Amino acid sequence: MTNTATPSPNKRQRPGVSIEAATQRRARMAEEMRQSKLIRRLVTPEGAAIRLKLATAAERAGAFLIDIAIQWAIVIATLFGLSFLMAGLGEGSSNIAFAFWLVFFFFVRNFYYIFFEIGQRAATPGKRALGLRVAARNGGRLTANSVLARNFIREIEIGLPFQFALMGGDEASGWMALFGLLWSGVFLLFPIFNKDKMRVGDLIAGTWVIRSPKTKLMHDITSANSVPDSGSRFNFTTAQAEAYGIHELHVLEDVLRQSTVEVKRQVAARIRTKIGWAQQPGETDLAFLEAYYGSLRRRLEQRMLLGERKADKFDVR
Amino acid sequence: MSGDLLKSYRFREERQADWQKLDLILTRAENGGVKSLTDEQMLALPRLYRQAVSSLSVARSISLDQNVIAYLESLCTRAYFFVYGARTTIGERMMVFLRSDWPAAVRGAVWPTLLSALFFFGGWGLAFFLCLQDMEWYWTFHGHSFFEGRNPDATVEYLRSTIYTDGHGDGQLTAFSSYLFNNNAQIALFAFALGFAFGIPTAWLLVYNGVMIGSMYAVFWDKGLGFEFTGWLMIHGVTEIFAIILAGAAGFIIGGAVAFPGAQTRLASARSAGQKAATIAMGCVVMLIIAALLEGFGRQLINSDVARYTIAAATGVWWMLYFYMRREERRG
Repeated sequence: MTNTATPSPNKRQRPGVSIEAATQRRARMAEEMRQSKLIRRLVTPEGAAIRLKLATAAERAGAFLIDIAIQWAIVIATLFGLSFLMAGLGEGSSNIAFAFWLVFFFFVRNFYYIFFEIGQRAATPGKRALGLRVAARNGGRLTANSVLARNFIREIEIGLPFQFALMGGDEASGWMALFGLLWSGVFLLFPIFNKDKMRVGDLIAGTWVIRSPKTKLMHDITSANSVPDSGSRFNFTTAQAEAYGIHELHVLEDVLRQSTVEVKRQVAARIRTKIGWAQQPGETDLAFLEAYYGSLRRRLEQRMLLGERKADKFDVR
Repeated sequence: MSGDLLKSYRFREERQADWQKLDLILTRAENGGVKSLTDEQMLALPRLYRQAVSSLSVARSISLDQNVIAYLESLCTRAYFFVYGARTTIGERMMVFLRSDWPAAVRGAVWPTLLSALFFFGGWGLAFFLCLQDMEWYWTFHGHSFFEGRNPDATVEYLRSTIYTDGHGDGQLTAFSSYLFNNNAQIALFAFALGFAFGIPTAWLLVYNGVMIGSMYAVFWDKGLGFEFTGWLMIHGVTEIFAIILAGAAGFIIGGAVAFPGAQTRLASARSAGQKAATIAMGCVVMLIIAALLEGFGRQLINSDVARYTIAAATGVWWMLYFYMRREERRG
């Protein structure tokens, strides 16, 4: 049974793409371009290409703030712990405790990052929280020397601007501080001004920071279609199954995987209008969307095997 | 249309058990290290990895399920970094560092080290001779806020008392020496990092530190305490000054590589120099810890000039042998 009932609207009016839709499409393509600038291809020794996505400067700043917060928490907690201990041990121990704390402070300040990045995950807790990790730029092994280099350099990227910012006082040293701040600001803002988002430490160490979020494998939406009942009810014509392209398929996938009933209802209504499909009695939105997703994907995958990628609904081939 | 399954779905159905097996192994390895894997898992890993990588390239060309592709991308990335990642433990890594990497890096940087020493001792000598001619220079270098009484106006007795301790106030001195360690180590790391700006700030930092010590040296020399002060300074100073000079050398290596990359690209040159220089800088931190121990304990407990000179000479000889003696000869 085919269903091409009612408002079969003016189907192929290509030249009449609305201005709004065209603007949206251009914006989407610009965004895709911007995203693709952050992608680097890594060809493994097996000859397969893995696409690495570089972390943006904002993500790295976020990770850094988390790490700084953790470092301060450690240092302050140790200070409290030590002063508590000293109160128990008496006066004489305070100097030794202070000495210990100072050395400890130095190591937390400089070796916190090194300790975590040398490990298997090559990421500090802050980076882990945001799904980032450090990797060697040449795709090889991340050596301990690289980790040392990139983190020792942090001293001039963060420490130097900070020190100049705290400097000041009289006029002469105020000007010195301002000049120093501008000069050291170059190091601080370095990641923003290069296409690989490297900071100076990355440049020296031959590393970069990439995104490696863990993704969960979810069930295949078309697997629900294999239930014999639902498969037979929806028989879309080829024209109906070709109404959309890959972009819309992916949006539909997102809608099916993670949106509310209300959104699904609206999307189903729009698709029905677009392809001219009359809702049948007992047909749920979810079943319709899943069935349509299945047909659309089948059609697009078939065409892809023949070498035609229909990018989106405006792509008429 | 028939109700049969999509090709891409069948493809995934046949392989996903293996993907998930690989996922499990990787999660375990990431949480507990390589040791937490069983032999069976270790053996399965390369096969599962290759399979996942080939699944990814097939999936890219036949499947439009973005979840599957995103999952395989992330799985392959994780697996790649694990399979081709570092396999050494921190302990092994430290042994390699102490046994070969560090001395080799220092040995390979003789010229930067000499340059660095030239700046440091140049500053030292300059301040020393200027101060000896006219003590007013001391105030130029240190300003009037120098918190200790060790200045040209102090008496000989006072200056002598700062060199030798009578056993009191140990705790305070421990705190002071850990403060100095903190300071020195931070300066050393600064000298390394500033090398990136073509080494110019590194040179300035070295001269500045040389001037500070040199002018102080002049004060004691002027009062006829040169011999005693040298012992006081050198018991830990041999190690500490050597460390600062090496940190400066590390900075110059980077600065040189960035300024004069030679036949390499600037990026490649910076990278290879950065690896060597970072090893040296790490070593400086180790040296400064030893220096702080010598300063905190050795200097407070040992008041004999002869013993101080002996220790100073011994540390000097030790570092020279450790860095510059060929490894093969050492084993033999």
